Amino acid sequence: MIPPDAASLPKAAAMSSEENPTMIEVESLDFFYGQAQALHGISIQIPAKKVTAFIGPSGCGKSTLLRCFNRMNDLVDIARIGNGRVRIHGIDIHHPDVDVIALRRQVGMVFQKSNPFPKSIYENITYGLQIQGINDRRKLDEVVEKSLRGAALWDEVKDRLHTSGLGLSGGQQQRLCIARAIAVEPSIILMDEPCSALDPIATSKVEELIQVLKGKYTIVIVTHNMQQAGRCSDHTAFFYLGRLIEFARTEKIFTNPSQRQTEDYITGRFG
Amino acid sequence: MHAPANPFNVRKSSSRTVENVAFGLFRAATYFILACATFIFGFIFVKGGETVFRAHFPFVNVPFLTQSPETLYVFEYEGKKMELGDKEFRAFKENHGLKELPAESFAHSAGGIFPCIVGTVLLVIGSMAIALFIGVSAAIYLSEYSKHGPFVRFVRLAILNLAGVPSIVFGLFGLGLFVVFMPVLQSFHNPAVLSLPVGFGHYLNFSGWNVCLLSGWFTLAFMALPVVIIASEESLKAVPMGFREGSLALGATKWQAIRTNVLPYALPGMITSSILSIARVAGETAPIMFTAAYIVRDKMPWQVEHPLDFLFQGVMALPYHIYVVSSKLPQNEYTERVQYGTAFVFLVIVMGIALTSILLRIRMRSRHRW
Repeated sequence: MIPPDAASLPKAAAMSSEENPTMIEVESLDFFYGQAQALHGISIQIPAKKVTAFIGPSGCGKSTLLRCFNRMNDLVDIARIGNGRVRIHGIDIHHPDVDVIALRRQVGMVFQKSNPFPKSIYENITYGLQIQGINDRRKLDEVVEKSLRGAALWDEVKDRLHTSGLGLSGGQQQRLCIARAIAVEPSIILMDEPCSALDPIATSKVEELIQVLKGKYTIVIVTHNMQQAGRCSDHTAFFYLGRLIEFARTEKIFTNPSQRQTEDYITGRFG
Repeated sequence: MHAPANPFNVRKSSSRTVENVAFGLFRAATYFILACATFIFGFIFVKGGETVFRAHFPFVNVPFLTQSPETLYVFEYEGKKMELGDKEFRAFKENHGLKELPAESFAHSAGGIFPCIVGTVLLVIGSMAIALFIGVSAAIYLSEYSKHGPFVRFVRLAILNLAGVPSIVFGLFGLGLFVVFMPVLQSFHNPAVLSLPVGFGHYLNFSGWNVCLLSGWFTLAFMALPVVIIASEESLKAVPMGFREGSLALGATKWQAIRTNVLPYALPGMITSSILSIARVAGETAPIMFTAAYIVRDKMPWQVEHPLDFLFQGVMALPYHIYVVSSKLPQNEYTERVQYGTAFVFLVIVMGIALTSILLRIRMRSRHRW
């Protein structure tokens, strides 16, 4: 059985009611850690080339859902999917025919704690390509410049590409991780609280970057920072206790939420 | 008005007395250990130093470190007491045209311990390579691949138990498995043992590897394994999870992630901890006395006809030499010199290995910071 190459997957099979086609479609997803149910019947359609923010109090399942999209939860022994499907480009990503490696090349991820490898900036960017066996120096040089420019980091690091990525500031490290993710040309970038360890200036740089990136990539960002969700997302989903409470355009969520719980959370009455 | 009494100036309660006694005991216990260690080291260094060092140039007893053990002959010649090693004794007889020369002989008391040093070094290197390979592989499997469950818990329990097995049992295990049972490829059918034909006129004869380096390597390696595995797992755990997640999220396979972003950073810790455990194991006599050590061997390990014979030869080793000299031979002033000299050299070698690994660790740690 040959796993389908994710790059050749048909683009956007389903259309949402929004103007953009659906990129990630979750259908009544139940998710468990051992016996504990972390997600209850989540259904959500995440539009392509938009920024979708997941908000909600700690432990509400937003990171768990995010990690379903690139099957990072596979790493957790006791994690398992109960019911439901996650479709990306219309393909059920938990189907046995799907190669998780190919999936992860399509669905990049940026983590809460910036995690550049203890290698040079250059090697950090080329890592994703080299594990695919791409070693052509010209191609790699090209990708490094393109990715670093894409992550608005090129001007800051172009003179020290071969110094350690760990020598960068926290915000630069996080943008390096974004550059590393876009180097393998994914169609989706998942961001798991990417700014929670950054100072306000670094945060605003990453947020600006998100605005630039959304033209090319579908971005899903988990955040604890309500202002951040308001500033940089097009759609916002509010989760509470493993359930999706409300999902709508960000303006609507923040100005006129239809659920009482959403309003309470956004206005700071709990969470 | 009277000056207020100092509220803290009260009679000491009995709990303070108890505390003083308890700490006094702890302190005494600690100093006792220190005293014991100092005594052992001091004793061996002083007594062994007499054998190993010389008061005149080159200040070190070079023959003791570079020659093979010989029998010592003690005799009187023209009123002078002579102490000569085997070769010198024969040369002496020849030079003086003597056929017979009555002399007392003391085995192992002349010459040096060079073959023992070489044997111990060979045992350490080989067993370290085997222990590292098996141990690191097992640690990678246990901490990176295996799913946590009853089976893995059982494996871990087995490893911990292995660490508690007495060394003599390892020796017997090595004897039973490697020395008398492991298969060798030979060109004849051996009817005395299990003999499997493999074609081309060759047979796999389960007649054992005999007492040899290979048997000793595996026995020592198995003894060091628990520590190597546990230390390797610790080193793997010390590598931040983010490195693995970062690689996997970029589409690396698990093995790619481990090979490129986990192992390089865990390996220094693995190696240094393993060297320490090997240094400890190398000091054991019991595991090698049945599996690898010879009381005496004239040839040096590299004096073999066929390269493969290298693996299948017994060697002399420092701990076993100490054992033989101090318990298998009649005791006298001459053997005592060898005992302490060997113990001294052995201690220095083991300490050298440990020190190297510690220095290596400090260097490697300062190189990888995240």
